[in-house]
Amino acid sequence: MKKKRWLFLGLFVSIMLLLSGCDSSSLIVLDPKGPQAKTQSSTIIFSILMMAFVLIVVYILYIIMLTKYRASKTSDDYIPPHIEGNKWLEFTWIAIPVIIVAILSVVTVKTTSAVESVPAGYEDQKPLVIYAASSNWKWHFSYPEEGVETVNYVNIPTNRPIEFRLYSYGPITSFWVPQLGGQKYAMSDMVNTLHLLADTPGSFMGRNSNFSGKGYAQMEFEVQSMSAGDFSKWVDDVKKTAPQLTEDKFNALLKTSYVGRESFSSTHLGFNPPPEMDMSEGHHGSGSSDKDSGSETMDHSDMSNMEDMGSMEHGN
Amino acid sequence: MKWDEFFVTGEPMIYAAMVSIVVVSLAILIGLTYFKKWGYLWREWLTTVDHKRIGVMYILAALIMLFRGGIDALLMRTQLAAPEMKFLDAQHYNEIFTTHGVIMILFMAMPFVIGLMNVVVPLQIGARDVAFPRLNAVSFWMFFFGAMLFNISFVIGGSPDAGWTAYFPLASLEFSPTVGNNFYSLALQISGIGTLMTGVNFIVTILKMRAPGMKLMRMPMFTWSVLITNVIILFAFPVLTVALALMMFDRIFGSQFFTMANGGMDMLWANLFWVWGHPEVYIVILPAFGIFSDIISTFSKKNLYGYKSMVASMVVISLLSFIVWAHHFYTMGAGVMVNGFFSITTMAIAVPTGVKIFNWLFTLQKGKISFTTPMLYAMAFIPIFTIGGVTGVMLAMASADYQYHNTMFLVAHFHYVLIPGTVFGVLAGMYFWFPKIFGFRLNEKLGKTAFWLIVVGFNTAFLPLFFLGLSGMTRRMYTYSADTGFGPLNMVATIGAFILAIGFVVLCYNFYWSFRYSPRDENGDPWDARTLEWSTPSPVPVYNFAKVPNVKSMDALWEAKVNGVPLYEEGPYEPIHMPNNSGQPFILGVIMFFLGFFLVFSWFIPAIIAGIGVVVMLALRSFERDHGYHISPEEIAATEQKLRGDSV
Amino acid sequence: MKINDSLPLEYRTEENSNKIFGFWLFLGAEIALFSTLFAVYLTLWNRTGSGPTGKELFELNGVIWETFLLLTSSFTCGLGIHAMRLNLKKPMIVFFVITLLMGLGFLGIEITEFVNYVHEGATLQTSAFLSSLFVLLGTHGLHVTMGILWGAGILIQVGRQGFTDETANKSFIFSLYWHFLDVVWIFIFSFVYMKGLM
Repeated sequence: MKKKRWLFLGLFVSIMLLLSGCDSSSLIVLDPKGPQAKTQSSTIIFSILMMAFVLIVVYILYIIMLTKYRASKTSDDYIPPHIEGNKWLEFTWIAIPVIIVAILSVVTVKTTSAVESVPAGYEDQKPLVIYAASSNWKWHFSYPEEGVETVNYVNIPTNRPIEFRLYSYGPITSFWVPQLGGQKYAMSDMVNTLHLLADTPGSFMGRNSNFSGKGYAQMEFEVQSMSAGDFSKWVDDVKKTAPQLTEDKFNALLKTSYVGRESFSSTHLGFNPPPEMDMSEGHHGSGSSDKDSGSETMDHSDMSNMEDMGSMEHGN
Repeated sequence: MKWDEFFVTGEPMIYAAMVSIVVVSLAILIGLTYFKKWGYLWREWLTTVDHKRIGVMYILAALIMLFRGGIDALLMRTQLAAPEMKFLDAQHYNEIFTTHGVIMILFMAMPFVIGLMNVVVPLQIGARDVAFPRLNAVSFWMFFFGAMLFNISFVIGGSPDAGWTAYFPLASLEFSPTVGNNFYSLALQISGIGTLMTGVNFIVTILKMRAPGMKLMRMPMFTWSVLITNVIILFAFPVLTVALALMMFDRIFGSQFFTMANGGMDMLWANLFWVWGHPEVYIVILPAFGIFSDIISTFSKKNLYGYKSMVASMVVISLLSFIVWAHHFYTMGAGVMVNGFFSITTMAIAVPTGVKIFNWLFTLQKGKISFTTPMLYAMAFIPIFTIGGVTGVMLAMASADYQYHNTMFLVAHFHYVLIPGTVFGVLAGMYFWFPKIFGFRLNEKLGKTAFWLIVVGFNTAFLPLFFLGLSGMTRRMYTYSADTGFGPLNMVATIGAFILAIGFVVLCYNFYWSFRYSPRDENGDPWDARTLEWSTPSPVPVYNFAKVPNVKSMDALWEAKVNGVPLYEEGPYEPIHMPNNSGQPFILGVIMFFLGFFLVFSWFIPAIIAGIGVVVMLALRSFERDHGYHISPEEIAATEQKLRGDSV
Repeated sequence: MKINDSLPLEYRTEENSNKIFGFWLFLGAEIALFSTLFAVYLTLWNRTGSGPTGKELFELNGVIWETFLLLTSSFTCGLGIHAMRLNLKKPMIVFFVITLLMGLGFLGIEITEFVNYVHEGATLQTSAFLSSLFVLLGTHGLHVTMGILWGAGILIQVGRQGFTDETANKSFIFSLYWHFLDVVWIFIFSFVYMKGLM
């Protein structure tokens, strides 16, 4: 019995060693390259510390109980007492968790609102808008202002807030660049907004993290952050050298399952617009919940609907 | 539909499975015929309305499903063991993780829990059976044939491949054109209706059929947990019923609930699924809490610490379980207010759960702890489940969840909750109550060997996944490239999975060994336990209690043993009224199976005929005049004499 | 078997009183089921795609008749149970027959309405709104159909056996079910038709 316990402990410790032996920089979620990811990684580390405290308390009590009160340590005629409980003890282990949860709640709401908006300190800059759309099984990135479009890679300038507008031409996908910040869903009937920012130049892994069928494992893209100068040079390059994205070409692209990287000197936004409502009541993306989006998420090319909707709203 | 589409073709592994299914079925048929057991099977099992036998059948089915789901897991882990493995292709992998999830939650965890409820609850409250024995049989056969319908998708038509969550539009006809998700919607529907009926049955049983003197606050903790669980079932399962019906309409009748055009709303499915799905987690975990409470109390030879707060915390958990569902999709973009609300409600669940952990720890204090196999599982549960719990709190924080969502971190978390919680719970319960049903204990040495393999294997398999998640490995990827660096930890996890599997093999061998060699139990109370079920002889006679016990306190049997408080009044036996066996529930199950099967393939005329069959069965039941039978006092006396031997 | 003579016939045996309690629980689950269907309907009701809206589709006339029939049938069903309590077999049967006939009338109107909708090009497949409308109404209609079959079965048993604790129990449970369908209809009337026509 005892031997096995030590065996178990030994195994456990060796696993821990193995894990800590792994290069810690491979934990990319904890290796942020932008303010949003930094907020998230410090939130995660803070919560790990809080939770480690809880774990330690439970484990100490557990070890005490299991070593002190085993039958082999008591005399045969020992009869355990009848204990109903203890008001104060029970109050303690309600009160302390409530305090912990309260602290974590405050942290959660603060950090969530931080990562859901333009990164602090960059509010006065005009964000770069990039539409990121998924289709089976690739990512399309359109730069409406620059008038360029890419497939399966996205270049961004450093130290400028990026406003990704996410939607999907098929199953729900999730747009995730771990080193720049957390993920958000791309869906077919609404546009979600994700604010990211890279504060160092470099290449970061991005991928779809929400299962979307056969080609899901391959749905990766590369994010390259570069200086503003390099970025505009790249845009000019694409505009000069890359072909136009025609409607036919885009439709063919949507149907192709696996493609490599591609660049175009025009976007699909004109002939195949994202599912945004032009008549929106001012809540694009992040503020719009699915629940209240009944009116917002209809196919906006269908004019007859909009008339009906208008009349219904009068009715209400 | 052509025949080559009807059967799944082109996969050597599936051909092997087909052959083995045919061989095993033939072996069973020949065996039953050779040993002339057809009549026995029909009379004693297929038509039974006895809660104990129904419970045993539930558990047996759950164990078979555990192996099906376990093999799925091993296939997945083999594919992920190293980068760029060619063991499974994407489609096959997608089907396997889908069936693994569905089977483990709905056809393993649920029936195992319900099986233990069936076996134990009437005995714990001093009842002769559940409130509606016939309905209980219907519940079982609905579950069973639902599970069978789901499983044949493996060889006929193709398995579902959109994940156990079956998110739309991925699960729509457009992106999942095989009949796999039709199987999903219909098989889950049929077994779900069975579960709903179980919910009604056990609430009535527990509220109305307790022995005299057993007030609510004197009930054993397992019975309490079952009561609360069934209240959750009653309100959560109708949501699943609706969600699955809408899915069926979308896929089979062309409706537009979750489609991408004509106003369909994909996230409506996700909302409905998780409004059921989150309470479902508590449906499988609360009974495990109850089992651990009874076991910890029994093997520390002490009453449960903080009984009232244990009950209160379960009630609070059950209420909170209905208002946390959106934490499964914080990333949907619902905004800070909504995510903040659901973060707080989710984290709040940690408080009542913490209360339970501390109460269990303080039950041990000043106790006399003996480490039997069931107790070992309970003792492994506390530290491992706590890891699952605290990572749950971490996941509840919306901002951080944006980084954990859909990653291996999440996979590690819910396995750390469901395996030490539910799986250890039901295994502990199985070892604990096994002698009650079969009259002998499972071998302790083999039990402990299996336990250590399972615990070590489990941690080796799932601890690395936390780190893989933080390294950016998402769930449901069928392969990854070598330069991701995911290889080594995945290899460790795969080794762990195989250790876990060996543990389950030892567990099964234990059944065989103990059946052959274990000493038979003499007095019906092999663990020196505390509650009423142990006051009956083992195996329990069909009528459970020869006389209805009189309960004067909590832990009534313990009081009777220690303080000499009599459980049964003196006096002669009285005739006991019992329900008759019936083949109708089984036949209804078969018809439901065919109804589901025909609908899967959109064969509407046979489906309508089967539907009429269901109505006919209901009418037959309505017109039936079956008042059961009585067991005479002489027969009771003879049975008791035989079972209790000289000990009475 | 424990029998308590001070209770109404349908409650007298322990088994029967358990059945009534169990049926109340089942109705609880039914409330959860219909609440979910209403939630789905209210989420999708203005997602009409290219199909018609409720305002264009609904006709008050038929709905008023449906409401009248179902509400009245609930009343006659209550009268039937009252007659049963007074041990009046014939009136009870008459009231139940009226109840079931009104149920049939309700179904007839509902089916006619469905046929009209389909002729106007409003089918289950047209839009999310219509899918949720047909499934909500259809689920209620299916409940009424099952209720009529069930009620007819019970009537035959009462006719043959008279009032026993068993038949009384069944009739009483049937009446609970029938009243419940009535309540659901009131919600359909308010949240589907009134809301749609406004």
